[in-house]
Amino acid sequence: MRTLKFLLQKEFRQIFRDPAILRLIFIMPIIQLMVLPWAADYEIKGIKLAVVDQDHSEYSRQLVNKITSSGYFKLTEYTSSWDASLAEVEHDRADIVLQIPPHFEKNLVKEDKASLFMAMNAINGVKANIGGAYLGMILRDYNREIRTEWIQFPRFSPEKQIEVVSSNWYNPHMNYKFFMVPGILVILLTMVGTNLTAINIVKEKEIGTIEQINVTPVKKYQFILGKLIPFWIIGLFVLSLGFIIARLVYGIIPVGSFLTIYIFAALYLLAVLGLGLLVSTYSTNQQQSMLISFFMMMIFILLGGLYTSIDSMPEWAKWITRFNPVSYFIEVMRMVVLKGSSLADIKYHLLIMTGFAIGLNGWAVVNYRKRS
Amino acid sequence: MPADKVILVEGLTKRFGDFTAVDHISFEVSRGEIFGFLGANGAGKTTAMRMLCGLSMPSSGKARVAGFDIYKENEKIKKNIGYMSQKFSLYDDLTVKENMRFYGGIYGKSDVFIKDKTKTILEQLHLTAEGDKLVGSLPLGWKQKLAFSVAIFHEPEIVFLDEPTGGVDPVTRREFWNLIYEASASGITVFVTTHYMDEAEYCKRVSIMVDGRIDALDTPANLKLILGAESMDEVFLKLARKATRVES
Repeated sequence: MRTLKFLLQKEFRQIFRDPAILRLIFIMPIIQLMVLPWAADYEIKGIKLAVVDQDHSEYSRQLVNKITSSGYFKLTEYTSSWDASLAEVEHDRADIVLQIPPHFEKNLVKEDKASLFMAMNAINGVKANIGGAYLGMILRDYNREIRTEWIQFPRFSPEKQIEVVSSNWYNPHMNYKFFMVPGILVILLTMVGTNLTAINIVKEKEIGTIEQINVTPVKKYQFILGKLIPFWIIGLFVLSLGFIIARLVYGIIPVGSFLTIYIFAALYLLAVLGLGLLVSTYSTNQQQSMLISFFMMMIFILLGGLYTSIDSMPEWAKWITRFNPVSYFIEVMRMVVLKGSSLADIKYHLLIMTGFAIGLNGWAVVNYRKRS
Repeated sequence: MPADKVILVEGLTKRFGDFTAVDHISFEVSRGEIFGFLGANGAGKTTAMRMLCGLSMPSSGKARVAGFDIYKENEKIKKNIGYMSQKFSLYDDLTVKENMRFYGGIYGKSDVFIKDKTKTILEQLHLTAEGDKLVGSLPLGWKQKLAFSVAIFHEPEIVFLDEPTGGVDPVTRREFWNLIYEASASGITVFVTTHYMDEAEYCKRVSIMVDGRIDALDTPANLKLILGAESMDEVFLKLARKATRVES
């Protein structure tokens, strides 16, 4: 116990003397939480629209008006030439082209039927998809308005309509920040746990002090605890800092209890600290450990359900996410913060995370050798 | 085992794949002796020393350090030895006193012991004014002397020094050797590897390693006599020239 005290004292002294680590602990979470939720937003606004109006009628103008007043679209070109609109797309000045063919109004009035043509620039798949869906919705809406307008005696021949009313549970205003902030917090904690720990241990390898420790009677478990405990505490501190920012800046107050979150976070940190330790036992210098951590972070973020829903991934990718500790914590965070889940609801997650913590630390301890 | 033999080595061997770094070496070192371990780069000095310190697992052979078996009582040996590697191994971002406190503490020394010993060492090294400075801010020569003092802070039976004076000026080297003499006089056995032949003259006995084997082992005076050499330099060249291994 006394040995551990000396190890911890040394570790904390070094951490608080390193300005780079202090910046990483204090400034990085603040900046990431202040900037990312505003930028990482699924809502698409300002879709650039080019309209090819070859009809120039009352209806066509009404339609264009309706689209632009929705707020999602920016009319960048209003022309009667198809070629001109295509040039707009080529120069990236338009994302979607809507063609209103000649005789649009005439056909609509005389034949009760008219067609429109919509072309999307699919280089940015998300924008094209969502933009197309928005435009489709506006067109359907417009269609319905016209139909209601033409029915002169609704009382005698009522137009049958199904109106769908939706309500968003757990996040009534569909505020993406409520969804993103907890996820970003998880990523932050993962980075602290994995990268900082790995770099810290590998640094001792590089400067040769680890060998000096290895000739002392310090036991393997004491050395490892001396490394894990400081970063475990720092991780919980970063989490608290994150929740303060989430509350002050975004007004996010977890529906569930903080205790549930902290219990899971404490366990989660053990798992990612074990991972950092494991990375350090496999690398001989800081570059190597940085590259390994970077590679893992990419997978953790992209296959962790932060930006894209795991449910919509192909089956093989879903399998990978099951080996990704990040995916469990993101799910737990969202469950507790937005839905108010309790410990009983996340017992399955707790169990799996215990497995991760034991597995990763066990592997690291076996692989860390005092004698080569 | 004779009580005054603190290091006993018999046929110690280390192989890395089909390369034999240390090839059946045998020797003994008496208590309080300054034992020089010489050899060209890549002769196997560091590997041999790392096995004795418990950092490297031998492939075969026997050895006892401070009365303990290097295979089974590895952790007991560690309590009784000090080690100073080629790489400078104090923490640059801790002060002189903090380094001493840390190393004293992990050897299980009491707070009173640490306090007294720190004071003694700082006075001995004339570093009392620098006690609260970061080690990183000190000149290399001071750091080396400090590293040696920290290696024997817990008063071990044996201290292993791996090329302790590399890159240090002659004056500091001289002072460093004075520290080694003082340690030896207080009963600490010193096991030192070096490249400098003038330092070999300071040792009570020296062994010269060539290609993983010990080719000669005696007092510096006897070695010169046997090989008909004027200086240790000549002794070393005569033996080291036989090496067939490529310097690594």
